[in-house]
This record gives sequence, C-alpha cells and structure tokens, in this order.
Amino acid sequence: MKVLVPVKRVIDYNVKARVKPDQTGVDLANVKMSMNPFCEIAVEEAVRLKEKGAATEVVAVSIGPTQAQETLRTALAMGADRAILVQTDQDLEPLAVAKVLKAVIAEESPELVLMGKQAIDGDNNATGQMLAALLDWPQATFASAVEIAGSKAKVTREVDGGLQTIEVDLPAVVTADLRLNEPRYASLPNIMKAKKKPLDVKELGSLGVDTAPRLKVVKVTEPAKRQAGIKVETAADLVSNLKTAGVL
Amino acid sequence: MAVLVIADHDNATLKDNTHKVVTAAQAIGGDVDVLVAGTNVGPVAAEAAKIAGVRKVLTAESPELGQGLAEAVADLVVGLASGYDYILTPATSQGKNFSPRIAAKLDVAQISDVTEVVSGDTFTHPIYAGNAMETVQSADAKKVLTVRPTAFKAAGEGGSAKIESVSVPAAPAKTHFVDQKIVKSARPELGAAKIVVSGGRAMGSAEEFQKVIEPLADKLGAAVGASRAAVDAGYAPNDYQVGQTGKVVAPELYVAIGISGAIQHLAGMKDSKVIVAINKDPDAPIFQVADYGLVADYKAAVPELMDALTAAGK
Ligand SMILES: Cc1cc2nc3c(=O)[nH]c(=O)nc-3n(C[C@H](O)[C@H](O)[C@H](O)COP(=O)(O)OP(=O)(O)OC[C@H]3O[C@@H](n4cnc5c(N)ncnc54)[C@H](O)[C@@H]3O)c2cc1C
Ligand SMILES: Cc1cc2nc3c(=O)[nH]c(=O)nc-3n(C[C@H](O)[C@H](O)[C@H](O)COP(=O)(O)OP(=O)(O)OC[C@H]3O[C@@H](n4cnc5c(N)ncnc54)[C@H](O)[C@@H]3O)c2cc1C
Repeated sequence: MKVLVPVKRVIDYNVKARVKPDQTGVDLANVKMSMNPFCEIAVEEAVRLKEKGAATEVVAVSIGPTQAQETLRTALAMGADRAILVQTDQDLEPLAVAKVLKAVIAEESPELVLMGKQAIDGDNNATGQMLAALLDWPQATFASAVEIAGSKAKVTREVDGGLQTIEVDLPAVVTADLRLNEPRYASLPNIMKAKKKPLDVKELGSLGVDTAPRLKVVKVTEPAKRQAGIKVETAADLVSNLKTAGVL
Repeated sequence: MAVLVIADHDNATLKDNTHKVVTAAQAIGGDVDVLVAGTNVGPVAAEAAKIAGVRKVLTAESPELGQGLAEAVADLVVGLASGYDYILTPATSQGKNFSPRIAAKLDVAQISDVTEVVSGDTFTHPIYAGNAMETVQSADAKKVLTVRPTAFKAAGEGGSAKIESVSVPAAPAKTHFVDQKIVKSARPELGAAKIVVSGGRAMGSAEEFQKVIEPLADKLGAAVGASRAAVDAGYAPNDYQVGQTGKVVAPELYVAIGISGAIQHLAGMKDSKVIVAINKDPDAPIFQVADYGLVADYKAAVPELMDALTAAGK
C-alpha cells in the first residue's frame, strides 16, 4: 500500500502571529517556520504503518515555496521514502490545494492519503474533506486511531461527545487529530540520510489545475485585546469580586 | 435569496448552536430554512420549527444520517443546494466534518468559523489561533460557511414554520459506521454552558482532576473543560479539550485551574466574559487575560474557594 502524506510549512506553533500594520496579512518575515504539527502526526502515522508492514511506500508532498523543501526533508528524515514539491509562491485556498493534490494523486495512485486535520495558520480544517469530495473517496477525519485490514481502514474519530469508529474502503482520505500518536524526533543519521532521498520539484503551472482564488482578503486585523485584570489575595476576595461582576 | 441552516442535534434534542447559526443567517438576509437530518427527527424538527423567523424546516431520515456520516450528509445537501444561495453549518466537529465536503462538491470555497457577517459576500473569521481576524469577500455564486456559534446570539422562539420531509439519496457505499462512545453527562454542555471550570496539567492524575475540578463545577452548575495537556495525559476525555484544536467556548465565567495559558488554549476561551485563573506561577501567561487572578497552589485554593462559595450561599 502506498501512502501519500501532504505536509504544509507553517509558522512554528510556538510563535505568536503578528498582524501587519497595513492590515494586509500576518507578518511572516524572519519568523520561524516548521512543519504543521498535524502534518507531523500524519507523517508519523504513515511511517508507523510502513514499520508495521501495512504500508510499502510513504510519499510526502507539499505545495508551497522553495523553502517547503525543508519541510519535506523533515518528513524524509522522519521516515518518508520520497518527496514531491509542487512549487508556487501563491497562497492557495484549501479548495485549490485539494485540486492540486488530486492531480498529484492521479499520477501517484496511493491507496491512502494521510494528512493533518487542520493547518495552524489558516485553521480552515477543510483540505482533507475537500480532497475526499473531489476524488469521491470516503473520508475519516479527526482520527485518533487507524487500523488497516485488507482493503479497509478502521478509524476512531474524535467527535463532539466522545469517540466514533467507522470503517472506510480504500482508497480513502484520513485526517489526523492530536492524539493519533506522538511524532518522533528525527535522529541525526536519519537527517543525513534524508538529504539523499529523492525530492521531485514540479512547477504548479505544469499540473494544469485551476487555482484561482475564490476569496479576496479585505483586511486582516488584530483581535479585540483583553485587559489584564486584577490579582486577588484570597478565595473569599475572588467570590466577592465575582458577585459584584454579576457572574455568580 | 435563501439560506439553508444545517441543524445541530443528537437525534433527540435540538442544540442551541442551531439558534445561533439562524441568527447569522438572518444577518445575511433572505428566507431561512433549517435542515434536520438524522433518525426519528420528528421532535427535533418540531423544536426547529419554533425558532423565530424560520420559513420552513426540512427533515431527512436514514440510518447513515443518524450516524452523521459525512458522505451521507454531503450528498443530501448537495442535492438540495440548487434552492439555496448560502449553506450554513455550526462549526462543531460534526459540521467541520461534512461542510468542506459540500463546498468541494459544489466547487466553491468554504469560509471556516465565521464570527461576523459583514455583508452578503463578506465575512470575518479567526486565523492563526485567533491571533488575527481575517475579513474575506467571496466571489462564489453559492457560499458555504461554518459559523462559530459563540459569536452569535441565539435566535428567539415563537415561530411556527412548516415541516417538510425531503427524499434521501442512496446511502454511501464505501463508509460504514462501526460504533460510538458518547459520554453522557448530567452537567451542562461545554459549548453552551454559562460557567466553565477547566483543569490543566497541574492536576497530575485523572483521580485528582475528578476530585478537584468536578465538585467545583457541580457547585457552580458549570461544564467541565480541560487543556490539551490534561487530555493527552488522560486526566480528562478528549471532548473536554478547549482551544484552537478543541472546543471554542465563550461562557459568562471561565475558571482556569493549573493551566498556563498557551496561545492554543487561549484561542478557545479568550472571548469569555469573565476569566478567573488560579495558578501558582505569578508569571503564567493566563494572568494576562484573566480578569481575576489568584496566585496560589490549587490544592489549597480550590477547597477555600468551595468554602467561600458555600458561605456565599452557593
Ligand atoms: C486570501 C488568502 C490569504 C492568505 N494569506 C496567507 C498569509 O498571509 N500567510 C500564510 O501563510 N497563508 C496565507 N494563506 C493561506 C491560508 O492561510 C491557508 O494556509 C490555506 O488556505 C490552506 O488552508 P489551511 O492550511 O487552513 O488548510 P487546512 O484544511 O486547515 O489544512 C489541513 C491539511 O491540509 C494539508 N495541506 C494544506 N495546505 C497544504 C499545502 N500547501 N501543501 C501540502 N498539504 C497541505 C495538510 O496536510 C494540512 O494539515 C492565505 C490564503 C488565502 C485564501
Ligand atoms: C498543534 C497544537 C494544537 C494545540 N491545541 C491545543 C488546544 O486546543 N487546547 C489546549 O489547551 N492546548 C493545545 N495545545 C497545547 C498547548 O500548546 C499547551 O501545551 C497546553 O495548553 C498546556 O496545557 P496546561 O496549561 O495544562 O499545561 P502547562 O503549560 O504545563 O501548565 C500547567 C500550569 O499549572 C501550574 N501549576 C502547576 N502546579 C500547580 C499547582 N499546584 N497549583 C496551581 N497551579 C499549578 C503551572 O504553573 C503551569 O502554569 C496545542 C499544541 C499544539 C502544538
């Protein structure tokens, strides 16, 4: 079974995003970038499937600027076999990302697409579901456990009141939630080995996909700021303050 | 112009999220219909028909809709889409599961987690864990939105919409429901509660979480929440997680106990009206957003708080 893992280069999760003063977007100049944490979880799961013998090949793919090669090298160091960069400096919307992934899938024919449930920049939580729709494949989102049995995947999903388990026929799209696994750190020898693994670069234009934006950004602003309040000395002070505030 | 709102329910009762999304739909304007898809949805549809300003309630029933399978819901809604200019869904884990599938089938963008309707084609939503608010204008003919319920007031009651059943497309062939473990709780629901008490990593064990957080929540009539660290460590179930990748809450009162206040956690609770933090570290970032901070060991502070609440007649 071939597993395709789309990975995204995003602002590091420890960095607080700052809105540009001209309200055109978020300032990413000189900001630390990393692999989206949910994509790391997806890579880890794919590599574990390979280690268990359920997968034969893990292909990481990213759509983004030249620097996304670093993100792909991270995936290779974690254990992916090869990587594809669809190079573009455009910011693509989830629907466009899904269309590009569909084109890559037409060439690669994976049986499983494992990806993050959400990227921590756009926070859209949409790309995997859209990709499944475009392919007319089943989807299993927000996975906290994945089991491959023959031509099916049994997936436990984190849902509103608890957990749901579904079974989907392969090929399918599975999106990873936080508790699916704890991604490994790549070891130095593996980082060195990853430098020699194949990384294919394609130009976005060569895929012939319509990636025209559907949305125009009017502005990006700072959220309303909260004022830090007061420190109270005792629990009794706290209760009397809450009474005065009318919330008890 | 017409707006379809997809109801949030559990096949037994209608969730308040639906009323909130109806308010968002009314801000857009036009006729508002509510779709109740599930099993034995009669009572839920009757509740939806009472929401003020709703034109009609559509019902659709099948086992797969009752199980909430994304493929089933998406196929149904895509079939109804020709009658609507907007399709709105509450941004719950259920809504987030099927709504993008609908959008892609219609070849339109989804605007996720809308917090403000600026106009009929322009909407604001949070990005980067709520550290930026993005306003986007959509050029698509149909607009598919998930709506953050906490950003809208619930629509009132007093309506008497007619209820119509619609036919259901063939069941999805490649997805099968196996089972589900839904935790039933006597406490208010996390997303809708007026008061939320949350515990963090400081609890150290599930027993401690239950001993400290739950009695305080019960005393306050509150829902229970948790940080990711507490959930990952198994102190609390997954659906308690508040944050960027968990639930977004905006209660009247949010009490954070032994939670440091990471940006991902703040993303889920910083719109609460009043925030209380109990933390032994005076420099914990949670104090930067707290209205009332108590620098103390929770082991002493929570029992004292219980006593003070009792003294105050709670
Ligand atoms: C108008 C506009 C302005 C934007 N401005 C900015 C900006 O200033 N800065 C910025 O960084 N981004 C910007 N973006 C990009 C945007 O924030 C999202 O990154 C993009 O819409 C994809 O959504 P998402 O990452 O939230 O997808 P999600 O649906 O949350 O992603 C889920 C998963 O999809 C996969 N995935 C998503 N994108 C890719 C990719 N490119 N390659 C491989 N896999 C992928 C990953 O597995 C990921 O875990 C902009 C987008 C638009 C439409
Ligand atoms: C992709 C991604 C998504 C994430 N999504 C979420 C999310 O949705 N929600 C979320 O919550 N987190 C999320 N996180 C995790 C987040 O970054 C933090 O790690 C997490 O919120 C920390 O939880 P905590 O505050 O309980 O633990 P810690 O940060 O360890 O804080 C524990 C606090 O308890 C205090 N303390 C310790 N002992 C006591 C005592 N006896 N009395 C009083 N105080 C005490 C300490 O001073 C400390 O401030 C996410 C992270 C990533 C990478």
